[in-house]
Amino acid sequence: MPEHSPEHPGNQAPGSNYFPSGDFLESPNLATELTQIADVDAYNLEALHNLDPDQVPEDAVKKRLGWTFWIAAAWIFLIVALALLAPLLEKLGMPDPTQPVCTSRDCSLQPPLSGYGLMGTDKLRRDIFARVIWGARVSILVGVAAVIFGIFFGSIIGIIAGFFKGKVQTVLMGAMDVLLAFPALLLAMSIVTFLDDKSVKTIVLAIGIVAIPPVARLVRASTLVFAEREFVLAARTLGASNGRVITKEILPNAVLPIVSFGIIGVAVAIVAEGALAFLGLSIPPPDPTWGSMINEGRATLETAPWVTLMPCLVLFLTVLSLNLAGDRLREYFDIREGAL
Amino acid sequence: MSRKDLTGSAAGRDPNAPLLDVRDIKTHFRTERGTVRAVDGVSFTLQRGRTLGVVGESGSGKSVLSKSIMGLLPRRNVLREGQVLYEGLDVSVLDENQMRNIWGAEMSMVFQDPMTSLNPVMKIGKQIKESLYLHLNMSKDDAHDTAVALLSSVNIPEPEQRLEEYPHQLSGGMRQRVVIAIALACGPKLLFADEPTTALDVTVQAQILNLLQQQQHERHMAMILVTHDLGVVAGRTDDIAVMYAGRVVETAPTATLFTAMRHPYTEALMASIPKLTDPSHTRLEAIGGRPPDLINPPAGCKFAPRCKYAQDRCLQEDPPLMDAGEPGHSFRCFYPVGTDAGAQALANNAAAGRSASGVPVTLAASGSH
Ligand SMILES: Nc1ncnc2c1ncn2[C@@H]1O[C@H](COP(=O)(O)OP(=O)(O)OP(=O)(O)O)[C@@H](O)[C@H]1O
Ligand SMILES: [Mg+2]
Repeated sequence: MPEHSPEHPGNQAPGSNYFPSGDFLESPNLATELTQIADVDAYNLEALHNLDPDQVPEDAVKKRLGWTFWIAAAWIFLIVALALLAPLLEKLGMPDPTQPVCTSRDCSLQPPLSGYGLMGTDKLRRDIFARVIWGARVSILVGVAAVIFGIFFGSIIGIIAGFFKGKVQTVLMGAMDVLLAFPALLLAMSIVTFLDDKSVKTIVLAIGIVAIPPVARLVRASTLVFAEREFVLAARTLGASNGRVITKEILPNAVLPIVSFGIIGVAVAIVAEGALAFLGLSIPPPDPTWGSMINEGRATLETAPWVTLMPCLVLFLTVLSLNLAGDRLREYFDIREGAL
Repeated sequence: MSRKDLTGSAAGRDPNAPLLDVRDIKTHFRTERGTVRAVDGVSFTLQRGRTLGVVGESGSGKSVLSKSIMGLLPRRNVLREGQVLYEGLDVSVLDENQMRNIWGAEMSMVFQDPMTSLNPVMKIGKQIKESLYLHLNMSKDDAHDTAVALLSSVNIPEPEQRLEEYPHQLSGGMRQRVVIAIALACGPKLLFADEPTTALDVTVQAQILNLLQQQQHERHMAMILVTHDLGVVAGRTDDIAVMYAGRVVETAPTATLFTAMRHPYTEALMASIPKLTDPSHTRLEAIGGRPPDLINPPAGCKFAPRCKYAQDRCLQEDPPLMDAGEPGHSFRCFYPVGTDAGAQALANNAAAGRSASGVPVTLAASGSH
């Protein structure tokens, strides 16, 4: 499987253009997007399942991750490192993200590299660079935690459905379909509103719940594939219980596609947090998040575009990198899979 | 308490009964196209420490037979009939939980393809130790020592190091040795080897077969060796059952089968064994015609459509299992090879130029026997 959305004659791969790049502000339907990614994965897994290992071309096995992957990985590493080191950077002289950098009026809405920090200042005279860095903490924390939440519960549901099949599967996957039927952003918004709490915990819960169904679908698909592998049968002929078969034989193998999927999931979750923040449903001001920064800059978009543009750019690059990295990893592992 | 105690291993077992007594088992799959009669009435007995070769073309039901005996097939859309008596206990009625005490500890299986029958993300050592912990309640150290001993007993060099390796680090032949070590780990009394060498290099095949034979002998373990190649079982098994269309069409002690085969299908299989004396590019005599349709089998003898001995009777009547005279030798054929009836049938067909089912028969072909 060298490409991820090749033309599958007669049987079109669902969601071939799943790439959620820069158009995040148009509130993409998060669940649909995740589902499409999962479906493409599921589709590929099934295609691989039908593929004779001998048909996998020799040179496909030696495939490399490529330089795009390493550039993307470097950017992700940079952002994560800066976010983690934010308190240290502040001690080293980075301005407080919630306080004006000066008392006089002149320093509000200063452009980037004008002597007021790398990215300029916003209307309230705060340093945009510092705010972007501190905002990264929220974005990454929410993104990673929500995806872990989604993967944890989604995996349990998917593996149980895929392993036991029958009625269990009908009930579980039916429930997932119901969850999917809600517009995802609306669902996340109602959870935040209903809990009436704009803490990181709530945001994670809201986005994490939305991430469960697509993960469950993906895991179910790969469970179906691995449950038929001979080594699973071999484990059974040695007397392994269902629990052992699931946790020791199927889970570790099903994890690979989940991990690379999870990286793309983080990107989608970061966008989702941005959307919630943009709507005023995330961490309340003055604490910065990327989404709320973009929102705050809207008023001065014409006179001082950088206030919106800077967090936009960082968000865009981060999401793009995560997508690229996740995508490359998926291809990489899929091929190893086929070569087994 | 170990799980072995829970089986009530003595309950229902009869030490004087044969190790395995298979009585008229049938396994039919319900599919969209109809009912597939993959195994359609197979019976045999296997004594302790003996080996049975099960031979037949692809699709003749060999794997389904092994899986049916072990009780490994799913319940859904599978119709099962008949009895599988293991030491006198009918294991065909046991559920999965009860079978788990038998799988691995009493019966185990070596699969065809060592590339797919090992877990790619688990270290070899762990894969071996799993069942030692499970069935024998071994301590960590004991399991480690046993695993090392097992690996060296299947002739794997540097066993200590191998324990820490993953399957992809080993060659195909080494992997199959590991698979065998895993299957032998808990000292089963019955080993199924389902085409254990088909996926391997020719040079490695003999080594693996010899290894299986040696282990079987040393452990006084019974073995069912499944293959599509009569050459593989020659000299390695006590008895042979030839399968066609989900049934045993001929069964005999190995030597008898090779010297006095009765069924035309056995004869045809025999002709397809590559011989060492053949020049290296001799074309093997393939069996003409299509493998049988398991959904709508022909009314009479299942092999008749491809048989050069076939007479009108073969198209209408299904031959029952008949005794060949020598002990343990029986077959399903009205015009057996090496008898007057068979010779007469072949001569008739040669004269007509074709068998009753339309298989072309020449005088040369009839002269060969
Ligand atoms: N789960 C199943 N559902 C339907 N049909 C099946 C199933 N499993 C096997 N069969 C059919 O049963 C028949 C016998 O299959 P089996 O795998 O036992 O053949 P085999 O003798 O082992 O052949 P091979 O040498 O290719 O392994 C085949 O026609 C196969 O298509
Ligand atoms: Mg088979």
